[in-house]
Amino acid sequence: MQIPYEVSARPDTGLYNAKLGIWLFLASEVMLFGGLFSSYIFLRIGADPGYWPHGLLNVPVGTFNTAVLIGSSVTVVLAWASLKMRRWNAYWGWMLATIICGTVFLAVKLTYEWPQKFEHFGVFIKQDAFPKYEPYLGNKHLEEEKREPRLEITGHIHQMDITRDGKLESILPKEKEEAVSPSEADGVLSEEGVKLVDYQVQLDAINADPSDKDNDRPHFRQRAVTEKIAKIDAADIASASAFFPRHSSYFSCYFLITGLHGLHVFAGVLVFTYFLLFGKKLYLRNPEHMANRVEIAGLFWHFVDLVWIFVFPIFYLL
Amino acid sequence: MDEHPAPETPVHPQSPTVAHADDHKDHSHDAEHVSKHVKAYVFVGGVLLVCTGITVWLSYVDFGSQNRNIIIAMIVATFKAGLVAAIFMHLKEEKITIWRFLIFTAIFVFGLFMLTLLHHVDPIMGTTYSKHL
Repeated sequence: MQIPYEVSARPDTGLYNAKLGIWLFLASEVMLFGGLFSSYIFLRIGADPGYWPHGLLNVPVGTFNTAVLIGSSVTVVLAWASLKMRRWNAYWGWMLATIICGTVFLAVKLTYEWPQKFEHFGVFIKQDAFPKYEPYLGNKHLEEEKREPRLEITGHIHQMDITRDGKLESILPKEKEEAVSPSEADGVLSEEGVKLVDYQVQLDAINADPSDKDNDRPHFRQRAVTEKIAKIDAADIASASAFFPRHSSYFSCYFLITGLHGLHVFAGVLVFTYFLLFGKKLYLRNPEHMANRVEIAGLFWHFVDLVWIFVFPIFYLL
Repeated sequence: MDEHPAPETPVHPQSPTVAHADDHKDHSHDAEHVSKHVKAYVFVGGVLLVCTGITVWLSYVDFGSQNRNIIIAMIVATFKAGLVAAIFMHLKEEKITIWRFLIFTAIFVFGLFMLTLLHHVDPIMGTTYSKHL
């Protein structure tokens, strides 16, 4: 049986079936991301002063990814326009460009941005130990500047000292590596009979020189980890974690929302790849149907771009 | 070489001949319409890229308080999102049915966001929290 209005528009609504379907789906997607964004707002408003970090993400890389996604939105709309004008070769080129953009976006996220976060380490200091770590926190300076306090010392794990069944032991970086990986450190700590004595953290610029006015606000280009090392005793630690979701509300929001967004990008790339490789048959039989399919997938893709337009400033910039 | 298959086969079950004529007319009209828009799409893409640069730049300008920076960034982001929706997603020329969907979605999303206000005000106990401890 032929399904009506599969290609041409239904006269009363002016819409073909898939157009109606995708917009209903996008409306539900708005609610999905709306829920996540509202929990972001909730957690951020509720965060005590100093508990919402700034400047932990790599802004140039985020900007690059934003540009890539905007570029892919242009190429997918051009792919659709090419089909409308019955130019298959042009369509193929633009579609390929879209897929490449989507893949680049995902590759940057999964092979660079996220792994870099997993190697970075942060220690929240207990309140009564603040004076002891003042040289790394610089809260006197921040109070003078009327800025939020700094509660955390971040950087790479240079060394971790533990006791194993009462005997002192040091965990050092593996050969050819510059720092102890936080996952590895967590692994050691979860072993039986192991107790943490201290972390020796190779400091980020902001903790190495916390009273420098230049460090009050985040910079466009992230500063490299310094050579300076701070020893943080186990007794003074409120919590310690790599930049994993459990590090803070901020990172759990970040990984959840960018993760879900990344899955959307991945789904889009899959669909586009299908259209690229297997679209010719339908195009020859009914080019308008093929154009409609690309339009629908394109609408989804633009929505994903639209979500990123909000994700980028709220996590990277503000 | 580009291939140009014939316009679509009729799919209108009620009145195939009429539908065919309509589809044909629709398509040639569409194609002309689309080709006119291609330049606009590229232009809008350029505007979005420039706006991205502006958002990044503005975030490093100190407007006096974090809240002001947030508001300004959100205005730029909303403008960008509006461009994507209106031009790339063709909402500017979309049918009323779609707009109806979106108006209702907007109302519900607004309600959802307002729920976060309950964090500050508890209407049942009548308490207002200015800063939680």
